[in-house]
Amino acid sequence: MPIAVFLALQFLREGKAASGLVVAAVGVGVSVIVFLSALISGLQTSLIEKTLGSQAHVVVRPPEERARAVRGSAEGELVASNEQRPAQRVRSIVGWQRIMSELAADPAVEVVTPVVSGPGFAVRGTASKSVAVLGVDISSYVRVVEIDDRLQAGTLPRSGAEAAIGSELAADLGIELGDKLRLQAAGGRTELFTVSGVFRLGNREVDQRWVLVTLRSGQTLLDLVGGASSLELRIREVFSADRTAEYIVARTGLVAESWMSTNAELLTALRSQSASSVLIQVFVVLAVSIGIASVLVVSVVQKRREIGILRAMGLSRGRTTMVFLVQGGVLGLLGSVVGVSAGIAVAIAFRGAAVDARGEPLFPIEVEPTLALTSAAIAIATGLVAAVLPAIRAGRLDPAVAIRHD
Amino acid sequence: MTDAVLDLQGVTKDFGDEVVTHVLKGIDLRIEAGELTALVGPSGSGKSTLLNLLGLLDRPTSGVLRVLGRDIAALDDTGLTELRGRSIGFVFQFHHLLPALSAIQNVMLPLSIAQGRTTAEHRALALEGLREVGLAERADERTMRLSGGQQQRVAIARALIGRPPLVLADEPTGNLDTATADEVFELLRGFNRRAKMAFLIVTHSPELAARCDRIVTLVDGRIVEDRAVRH
Ligand SMILES: Nc1ncnc2c1ncn2[C@@H]1O[C@H](COP(=O)(O)OP(=O)(O)OP(=O)(O)O)[C@@H](O)[C@H]1O
Ligand SMILES: [Mg+2]
Repeated sequence: MPIAVFLALQFLREGKAASGLVVAAVGVGVSVIVFLSALISGLQTSLIEKTLGSQAHVVVRPPEERARAVRGSAEGELVASNEQRPAQRVRSIVGWQRIMSELAADPAVEVVTPVVSGPGFAVRGTASKSVAVLGVDISSYVRVVEIDDRLQAGTLPRSGAEAAIGSELAADLGIELGDKLRLQAAGGRTELFTVSGVFRLGNREVDQRWVLVTLRSGQTLLDLVGGASSLELRIREVFSADRTAEYIVARTGLVAESWMSTNAELLTALRSQSASSVLIQVFVVLAVSIGIASVLVVSVVQKRREIGILRAMGLSRGRTTMVFLVQGGVLGLLGSVVGVSAGIAVAIAFRGAAVDARGEPLFPIEVEPTLALTSAAIAIATGLVAAVLPAIRAGRLDPAVAIRHD
Repeated sequence: MTDAVLDLQGVTKDFGDEVVTHVLKGIDLRIEAGELTALVGPSGSGKSTLLNLLGLLDRPTSGVLRVLGRDIAALDDTGLTELRGRSIGFVFQFHHLLPALSAIQNVMLPLSIAQGRTTAEHRALALEGLREVGLAERADERTMRLSGGQQQRVAIARALIGRPPLVLADEPTGNLDTATADEVFELLRGFNRRAKMAFLIVTHSPELAARCDRIVTLVDGRIVEDRAVRH
């Protein structure tokens, strides 16, 4: 064993009480870092997943007829009263097949799917509800919005005569699987569908209003045969959606909106949450390093004589410094073992406590191996850095002064 | 002429910056390999100060100090540390063992320090060293649990483990009772006779000094007498 490591371990063992307390302090600090990071990343992941669960990364639409921007989702935009435009007409992207294959060829893009959407009414008996009709190419649409994973019952439409509807809408209209549903488009067309499935995306607006039919049925119903009112994209890098959207605008002259711009507030909130968590971690690291440093400073003073003897026996300045650096590193290492274990334990306990009414976890809180390793590395580095000053002091001790018996 | 173990010419040592104390006022001294020398003198005469210089723990204010032929003025701190580790063993009055370590760990230290790491071989040699001072069976005991005389034996085993050509002992029997002091002194003398190591022993005891080969007397920072002892 290297002599510096040997001596460091012996010194730590000798000061068991102090070493134990520092290890506990480091452990508390590390567990705070581990738990906080896991909590925040779990929270953010689940928020982003929820947001993207009912939304494409990028939505491409036909250019505005007037320069005036109308904000809002597809159906909202069309419902918004606008005297300048022919009211409630769904427009198609001109040449969408060509644009779609161009976009699909882009390496940043994973999937592109065509959608026709427009407002309508769902009528059952005497009940009638305002809905958003979405005609989609089922097989590619489910790769953009994973609606097939969120089916509560039944299947997505397998033929032009079937429709899948949101769970709240089903409840509002008292609809069960296999029931008939009459859809009336704003343009006046009416078709009869069989409800083949009920989905729940967790977004109230969607679950209350969406009616999903095949692309062809949607085109017919909305009077847009052969057309697509939007192209929806899943891209490879979720957080580069805004850049991809800008690029599409520049290339096609169409309107492209990313999930990031429609959820700008959410993203700002997430960012400031991350920033405050970094701040907390910085303070924890600071407190931990002060703890380690103070114990080592005291140890250097207490061990003055021993250090002098070791120097007299030929231990070099550099190795003397190493003895104390290693002590700092070992304290950090032991503390990180304690802290990571405690952090994982707290995370598991929290997962058991933070459940919704049905006993399902509110959001995933997972201590990833990289998080554990990073926290351990931070603790060890903190130990080493905290030990620098005491270690230099130890190395500078004058052996003649250190061993004088007075 | 072969190199002396120690060779001092006009060595002085002052302490303090503003109020300067002249502690050593021109020391000339030569110690040959294998000599057993007693350094005596009243309290405050500068014996420990001189020993610190000889042990390379401190540097002279002026004068020339050669250890094993090397002029120490030419050595930097690293060089001093290395020369000290290789050639000088220390025995102090207050034995200065590391209380955190067992007896055997204390004894193996100089070897492990010289090599930069602890090895099983060092342990074996340290056990041999403890046997020489009659403490092999206490090898794994923490040193705090040994008696004063036993601790001093461990310190001697440690000072001698690397068979350094020079051993400096500052009142090695100073806080031991007469009988134990006698044993410890004989132990040192035995090593001197068998292993041909030079010993410089500071002592306040005239009887012990008289059992050395040579007595150097220091008074007020000067050597006032340097005589061989006829046995
Ligand atoms: N670092 C120092 N700074 C200032 N003065 C010192 C220092 N070291 C020693 N002295 C002074 O030098 C003088 C000699 O001290 P030293 O310890 O060498 O004496 P000594 O002969 O070993 O005495 P003793 O027999 O009591 O051990 C004393 O007056 C002491 O105060
Ligand atoms: Mg003295």
